[in-house]
Amino acid sequence: MQVDSVMQQAADLRAGACSSVELTQSYLARIRQLDGTLNSLITVTEDIALAQAQAADARLAAGSAGPLTGIPIVHKDVFCTRGVRTSCGSRMLDNFIAPYDATVVSRLQAAGCVMLGKANMDEFAMGSSNETSFYGPVHNPWSVDAAPGGSSGGSAVAVAARLCAAATGSDTGGSVRQPAALTGITGLKPTYGRCSRWGMVAFASSLDQAGILAHSAQDVAALLQVIAGFDAQDSTCAEQPVPDYAAGLAGDLRGLRIGLPQEFFTDGLDAAVAAVVQQAAQVYESLGATLVEVSLPTSQASIPAYYVIALAEAASNLSRYDGVRFGHRSAQADDLAALYAHSRAEGFGTEVKRRIMLGTYVLSEGYYDAYYVQAQKVRQLIANDFQRVLQEVDLLLGPVTPFASCALGAWQQDPVQMYLGDVYTVPVSLAGLPALSHPAGCAQHGMPVGVQLIGNYWAEPRLLQAAHQYQGVTDWHQQAPDLSWIG
Amino acid sequence: MLLPSAEVNRIAQLARLHLQPEEVSGLQQDLSAMLALVRQMQAVDTQGVQPMAHPLAMVQRLRTDQVTEQNQRAAYQAVAPQVDEGLYLVPRVVE
Repeated sequence: MQVDSVMQQAADLRAGACSSVELTQSYLARIRQLDGTLNSLITVTEDIALAQAQAADARLAAGSAGPLTGIPIVHKDVFCTRGVRTSCGSRMLDNFIAPYDATVVSRLQAAGCVMLGKANMDEFAMGSSNETSFYGPVHNPWSVDAAPGGSSGGSAVAVAARLCAAATGSDTGGSVRQPAALTGITGLKPTYGRCSRWGMVAFASSLDQAGILAHSAQDVAALLQVIAGFDAQDSTCAEQPVPDYAAGLAGDLRGLRIGLPQEFFTDGLDAAVAAVVQQAAQVYESLGATLVEVSLPTSQASIPAYYVIALAEAASNLSRYDGVRFGHRSAQADDLAALYAHSRAEGFGTEVKRRIMLGTYVLSEGYYDAYYVQAQKVRQLIANDFQRVLQEVDLLLGPVTPFASCALGAWQQDPVQMYLGDVYTVPVSLAGLPALSHPAGCAQHGMPVGVQLIGNYWAEPRLLQAAHQYQGVTDWHQQAPDLSWIG
Repeated sequence: MLLPSAEVNRIAQLARLHLQPEEVSGLQQDLSAMLALVRQMQAVDTQGVQPMAHPLAMVQRLRTDQVTEQNQRAAYQAVAPQVDEGLYLVPRVVE
């Protein structure tokens, strides 16, 4: 079997130790063998992958290769891919062949990455367990009865099960960080506005951000280097210089100040997860960091504020699915109003409908100030909390999820219980800050547990450096699930 | 407090979602539970706080008034459910 690391694969390709076609075929064989059980991919793009791999090998032979030329990846099915179905995990877009590439996709393609397929996800990225997909749940490779997390659960599982070297994801309220934590890999949600969202199907536009899932901080840095940066096609993409992320990985952590938010370590936190975070904090301390207890008092109101804002924006964004221009169209409608209502009722799944309904309610006449405006004010207080503590410390460290693992099916009848699991990821999303999740231990039955590092705006280099230094003295990121029993 | 069924139907109408009669009671339960959760933020004192619409203080960029998009009607209509002679078809609106 090939090595896991993007950087090692890139070195092997350059040295001629293997070709991109060989690497791609090896992943495609593994997908055929394992993905019938895991269900991490909605679409496998074998022909495209092999053609791109051949082109990559030609570039490598000609000496015109970039750092990622020939590296096989998968894209979350939230990103438009020209000529390939872009379903967003929904029946609504089951027949949608995107007429253009997302900027994230075209940049990675230009960098020479090979697309193996499109990853399963919660429908329209709405879910924390990857069970709301029209294409069925994704199974966690560490225990197939466990949820992989969501909404980028397919991306996370494809990386964790070694079906690809790295994957793209999107994070609105934790959708990169949480599945990365539950599958034992590294995931980064960049600063809001760091990466272009052009061609990334919208869920909640003041929160959505593209991210990367891979085995290590070093690999995440390599892919972030390609997708970060200004794009005139996206009015929310910031005109902010892109630093050299690989160059920022070196250097020790002496003098780094890491804050532990006390609100993240209360009764609701699973003891095994708390122990893993404490151990990770000690590793950071041994690397030269200073630990400081800090407080984010308003973070306790973040779940209500997040769900009001995210669902209000979702109700608005998803109004575009009308059965007229693209997507599912009902066959049983004889007037325009019924065409809309039936196409949407048939095209959307249960969780998406719930969220559209709640979002519509909070925006409706008489409720707007009490819900939407109040949520935006709470959001400002949460952002203020972070700015206050990030004057005192460089990074924050905490858990990603309050639970160690979640059984498939546990949340299907109780959406509120699922929402409460986002307690440590949504405050960061509301503030628009970058955060990284990396594996740091395991809980009962060997399930991986992640920790979350949070930085100030544009502090991706610091997050990646800290995680890279941690991964230099630990091997949690190199653990692989045993899948030898499949097929 | 349970959201009345009439309220569920009103929201569905606003959201352009056709509901089967048997879906209403489940949605009453789900939406009531969701509203109970989000109402917890009413306890936060937000007097004098400016609402935050967006994480970054950004201004809309302006661009020169030039045509930048080419006509790609055929490509975009290739994914449309029903078109005829370059037009999107909908059920008859005017008799």
